[in-house]
Amino acid sequence: MRYEKPTTVEAATALLAGQGARVLAGGTDLLVQIRSRILNPDVVVDIKGIDTTRKITKDTSGYTIGAAVTGAELKEHPTLSKDWPGLVEGANLIGSTQVQGRASLGGNLCNGSPAADSVPAMIAAGAVATIAGPKGTRTLPVEDIMLAPRKLALTAGEFIVSFKIPARPAHGGDAYLRFIPRTEMDIAVVGCGVALALDAGGTCTAARVALGAVAARPLLVEDGAKALIGTKVDDAALAKLEAAAKAACKPIDDKRGTVEFRIDVAGTLAKRVAKIALERARKV
Amino acid sequence: MQERVKKPQFDVVGTRPVRPDGVDKVTGRAKYGADLKMAGQLVGKVLRSPHAHARIKSIDVSKALALPGVKAVVTAEDFPGQPSEFIPAGEGVVNYRDMTSNVMARAKVLYEGHAVAAVAALNEKTALAALDAIKVEYEVLPHVIDEMEAIKPGAPILHEDMITTGVTPAPTKASNIAKRVEFVLGDAAKGFGEADLIVEREFKTKAVHQGYIEPHACLASASEDGSAELWVTTQGHWVVRAYCAKLLGWEIGKIRVTSSEIGGGFGGKTVVYLEPLALALSKKTRRPVKMVMSREEVFKASGPTSGGTVKVKMGVKKDGRITAAEAEITLQAGAFQGSPVQPACMCAFANYDLENVKVVGYDVVSNRPKVAAYRAPGGPISTYGVESVVDEIAEKLGMCPIELRLKNAAKEGTRAAYGPKFGPVGLIECLEAAKESDHWKAPLGPNQGRGLAAGFWFNIGGETTVSLQLNEDGTLTLMAGTPDIGGLRASLCMMAAEELKMDVSKIRPIIADTSSLGYNFLTGGSRSTFSSGMATVEAARSIVKQACGRAAKLWDIPEEAVTFEDGMIRPAGENAGKHKPMSLSDIAKVAGKTGGAIVGYAAISAQGAAPSFGVHIADTEVDPGTGKVTVTRYTAIQDAGKAIHPSYVEGQYQGGAVQGIGWALNEEYIYGADGKLQNAGFLDYRVPVASDLPMIDTIIIEVPNPRHPYGVRGIGETPIVPPMAAIGASVRRASGVRFFELPMSPPKVLKAMKAAGKA
Ligand SMILES: Cc1cc2nc3c(=O)[nH]c(=O)nc-3n(C[C@H](O)[C@H](O)[C@H](O)COP(=O)(O)OP(=O)(O)OC[C@H]3O[C@@H](n4cnc5c(N)ncnc54)[C@H](O)[C@@H]3O)c2cc1C
Repeated sequence: MRYEKPTTVEAATALLAGQGARVLAGGTDLLVQIRSRILNPDVVVDIKGIDTTRKITKDTSGYTIGAAVTGAELKEHPTLSKDWPGLVEGANLIGSTQVQGRASLGGNLCNGSPAADSVPAMIAAGAVATIAGPKGTRTLPVEDIMLAPRKLALTAGEFIVSFKIPARPAHGGDAYLRFIPRTEMDIAVVGCGVALALDAGGTCTAARVALGAVAARPLLVEDGAKALIGTKVDDAALAKLEAAAKAACKPIDDKRGTVEFRIDVAGTLAKRVAKIALERARKV
Repeated sequence: MQERVKKPQFDVVGTRPVRPDGVDKVTGRAKYGADLKMAGQLVGKVLRSPHAHARIKSIDVSKALALPGVKAVVTAEDFPGQPSEFIPAGEGVVNYRDMTSNVMARAKVLYEGHAVAAVAALNEKTALAALDAIKVEYEVLPHVIDEMEAIKPGAPILHEDMITTGVTPAPTKASNIAKRVEFVLGDAAKGFGEADLIVEREFKTKAVHQGYIEPHACLASASEDGSAELWVTTQGHWVVRAYCAKLLGWEIGKIRVTSSEIGGGFGGKTVVYLEPLALALSKKTRRPVKMVMSREEVFKASGPTSGGTVKVKMGVKKDGRITAAEAEITLQAGAFQGSPVQPACMCAFANYDLENVKVVGYDVVSNRPKVAAYRAPGGPISTYGVESVVDEIAEKLGMCPIELRLKNAAKEGTRAAYGPKFGPVGLIECLEAAKESDHWKAPLGPNQGRGLAAGFWFNIGGETTVSLQLNEDGTLTLMAGTPDIGGLRASLCMMAAEELKMDVSKIRPIIADTSSLGYNFLTGGSRSTFSSGMATVEAARSIVKQACGRAAKLWDIPEEAVTFEDGMIRPAGENAGKHKPMSLSDIAKVAGKTGGAIVGYAAISAQGAAPSFGVHIADTEVDPGTGKVTVTRYTAIQDAGKAIHPSYVEGQYQGGAVQGIGWALNEEYIYGADGKLQNAGFLDYRVPVASDLPMIDTIIIEVPNPRHPYGVRGIGETPIVPPMAAIGASVRRASGVRFFELPMSPPKVLKAMKAAGKA
């Protein structure tokens, strides 16, 4: 096994285009999988030497977050938690303090687990990935990147350099909650992210609802957004949201939860998350 | 509260000094099983069965042996065959044929993870490559996992020669039922006839693992001269020595076993897995061999405790007096017989003073790892069923669950259904303390409920040896042989300090190896503070006697004319005041000149172990949107007899409660249709984490055990007995639904609440 730490995007894509190459960001998934003999890459390409993967920048259009920025760094950023608290909370739920010092948004998404905690929050926030590859750079909304467990829309040599998060709307709020049987150190049985915006009168003008762990890939629930837009996010709207969230689920029965359970909890969480997002939107 | 034994005042006993093993544990200096290293050591690894049930057609190790760096391979052929006979071993019995077949599969593999071969190689990578190179040809057989499936006619049979014992006439056909046991008191049918209310329920619990943080680990070094040394994490190194000697056909006296610090055992480290393999590999290679299990191996191949099915029927009068009680308990033994069904039956109704009881138990094998002891083996399972029914009776009668229990509680003179009459016991005191506690009276919030349950455990004594050396400077070295899992060394030093009127910090304890001390049965049955404490007191008194003898010699007066008072050796009677009193230190300094070293030695079989009763109160909050149960407040109340070091008594109460909470809410062995364990890791085998729990409050009740010098009862096991029923009763009130199956995990709770219109 070879370890490479390129400092440019071009060098990285060249290495990644080779046989048996694998991106290394924080390594909290990759190294565990190598050690438990699930993966055995020939080349490990550490992207943390590339400046753009490690920075957060902010301008009027929003934030650009490097794909290898860690959960702890997201939390420490002076404004990100104020603008997108749900996104930061989702990322900060990953693992423990130790894991937070390494785990990244790019790794969380590209590990290809439908239960990844930061992904529904990223989808709700409208995050778009900037992807570099041998043929240049392209962008793709986060909801279009994961196709199925361990299967991504990235092609040979491609990797995610950063995520673009739009500027928070004037009266905008987001939130993320996951259900786990314990309080920490667990994998989401259901995860839900909601971002919404209100007009001055408190009517919902825009919304994005995303669910994790209830299908083969994280879901953007369009009907959930429709249930909220044009309403005051009252009980009737929340009931519609609950129904839409439940209808969108295509979960499996496994050791972590039954189909029925995941669907019920998706409905419960969608309502709870929307309420938190609403509170936040009202406060700004 | 009634004082049954005059309580003496103590100087040291009952205080909370710093534990002697504490500093090395928090600084990382303490050596656990995997921390020992020897020059030239090899790495040993085990090849394990991928199948739940299969016949081994052939094993070809030639390719593995041909790999550079691979030094030896062992299979069942390297271990002599053993006859099937049951030999008493402390709390249970062992069968060496089953034991040897468990450490290395013979003819058949009986569960996923069953050891098939072991290798020793220069390093881990080579050892793993060697495992891949061993070719095992299997004929896969149908398997059975659930105990109720395993007893059905037509179920796959694990042992073609297993004829159920305890049944007359004996069955003629083999089955998976190893034995039937029965305990009867009075006439249950008559008692049910007198009842105004009968509640009959069936409960199901899942197999759960002890979940010790430290995996099994050992280092073996066998010499050319036939002697061998073994360093191992274990609850009983004399027991390990005996088992290894038997399985290898070696002499006991030639094996020296040293126990490392132990990172949790809870009963699970009372058996051998790696140890005989490491010794055999070391003998073959003439090099030290180190073996450490992975967490996955711990889950798949070391003993959890049984899951089971418990049917309970109880009858009561309107006033709450229980007239009859019946239970049928079917427990998983794992792949070899020996579930804790007997103690489960004996514990079932031990909380109550009853006239008419019938308990029947079945020990059932299936394609799971062989169960090992787990804190009060069997007790939590039967008690969960019985205490849940008692709670339901209280609800149906509209009675306070404490009053109902007080009305029926076991007390001094109660004859237990399993035979003996209780001496002084503290159940009534625990129930009274529960009633008086702030917790019982505190208000509850929305979606919250409160439950209570009682529990019992026998506790044991047994063979124990302790040695005390009075050193030249007056300090003391204490050698005990029961591995210290829960603060034993601190407690023993305190008892020695109490006897010798010494500063406890002047006593340095060790857990001695098997060649340094006489036989010690293992740390189990909550026996170590009781038994090693008794031996320590006896050894300390011997030191006093010897010291008095030395003073008598120096003063040239008869030995009887010397007393030990307030820590000083004084001339007494007509000699009083004639000689300057001497301290133990003074005597120690002149020991060499007055007859040699002063060593107190006690080799005893501790008698008079007394049971401990406990009562737990649990508050839970149930989320009607997710079915998640959160424990919001918890109090464990238990009779300790006498708490030598109260912090370690509290630690046992808290630890047992937490393990019980895990058992109640989330822990379970989950099998796929393929007979393979699906959650062999701490991610999906969910023990509670710290943030899941409130502080576990404790109340120590002290009804002294008259048969121990300080009144000690064993206390380590009782705390895991009441939690599941206490949580169940609490969830019942919080959710409006009564559950009959563990764990009460969110999917089950939400489904049941929905069905009952409560979600
Ligand atoms: C103890 C523990 C607890 C955990 N708890 C959680 C949890 O609660 N919730 C949760 O969601 N996850 C959890 N995880 C999983 C893991 O920490 C997260 O998925 C984390 O975000 C992965 O990020 P990383 O930077 O460490 O990824 P890495 O391990 O470096 O990479 C993960 C995968 O993504 C690929 N990859 C990484 N970056 C990129 C990129 N920029 N472009 C293309 N491919 C890339 C890698 O090749 C690899 O396949 C836990 C892990 C551990 C060890």
